[in-house]
Amino acid sequence: MARRLPLIALIAAFVALMFGSGALVAAPRFDVFEFENPELEKRYQALIAELRCPKCLNTNLAGSDAPIAQDLRRTVHRLLIEEDMSDAEIRAWLQERYGDFVLYDPPFRPDTWVLWLAPAGFLIAGFLVLARLLRQPAAEPLSDSESARLRDLLERD
Amino acid sequence: MSRASLFVPLGLFLLIVVVGFVGFSLNDPHKLPSALIGKPFPEFTAPRLGAPEELLDRADLLGEPVLVNIWATWCPTCMAEHGELLRIGAETGIRIVGVNYKDDPAKALDWLVRFGDPYDIVIEDRDGSLGVELGVYGAPETFLLDADGTVVHKHVGDINPRVWRDAFAPRVAALAGEESE
Repeated sequence: MARRLPLIALIAAFVALMFGSGALVAAPRFDVFEFENPELEKRYQALIAELRCPKCLNTNLAGSDAPIAQDLRRTVHRLLIEEDMSDAEIRAWLQERYGDFVLYDPPFRPDTWVLWLAPAGFLIAGFLVLARLLRQPAAEPLSDSESARLRDLLERD
Repeated sequence: MSRASLFVPLGLFLLIVVVGFVGFSLNDPHKLPSALIGKPFPEFTAPRLGAPEELLDRADLLGEPVLVNIWATWCPTCMAEHGELLRIGAETGIRIVGVNYKDDPAKALDWLVRFGDPYDIVIEDRDGSLGVELGVYGAPETFLLDADGTVVHKHVGDINPRVWRDAFAPRVAALAGEESE
């Protein structure tokens, strides 16, 4: 039993390390912000999950390590806490400076309606084609002279 | 099935090719259009590089057309465009204002001594908050402002002779024309 102790200790250390490092990965590695209430924190988390990092093409602010994403998270936090802005105001504030890019969903405008309506358009077009194909009558049986010609063609070689 | 409808797939294919070709050549997805063009350069207060007790603000950018260049010593592309900025300053006489973006002032001053200083004044933006106001997402970026401080043009990436000739020189000339009228 005494000889097993080091082994048990080793396993315990290993397990602790496993869970410990897991916690390290899960915990935010940077910017620890204070929030007065969980409601504000929830809004903050939702905003940084929704806004797009301008540098990284397809990562949100929450998921990016880019310095600009860190700056923008800090900015969102400041606008939320110090400026007491609503979610819509914060989105508009960033959009004014970084353009539509920071919003994953572009606003519906004359120059973006194709983007929004095209998928529905394609779907409708697809249904129309399908409907036409289904409506086409089954092929009519061949007349006697046609079957004779067909047999003739098939037997030619 | 009429004979003409046999060509429908080919037509669709060509349509896709054309749309794809146009779509992918539209622009570089890394270059975002600036939301600031046509709008006034934002208000700010920030220390002057090399003289931090002196505070600069928007008024320091007014009076004549000015290039506002966002740079940092940690940014290799800024190094690449530095010579071109020196040339532009010397040859065209346009006022160039630097924004030293998220940098160490000592390193920045050292860099200007070593490689030459194209800037009339340099604004210190250590925490990048002016950068956020400007929609900066990567140095270098360069803004062209008119005499009233309205953003006329923005370029992301290095200023090289081609960029200067194609994107900046005509606009600078237009601004100079407006002024003399």
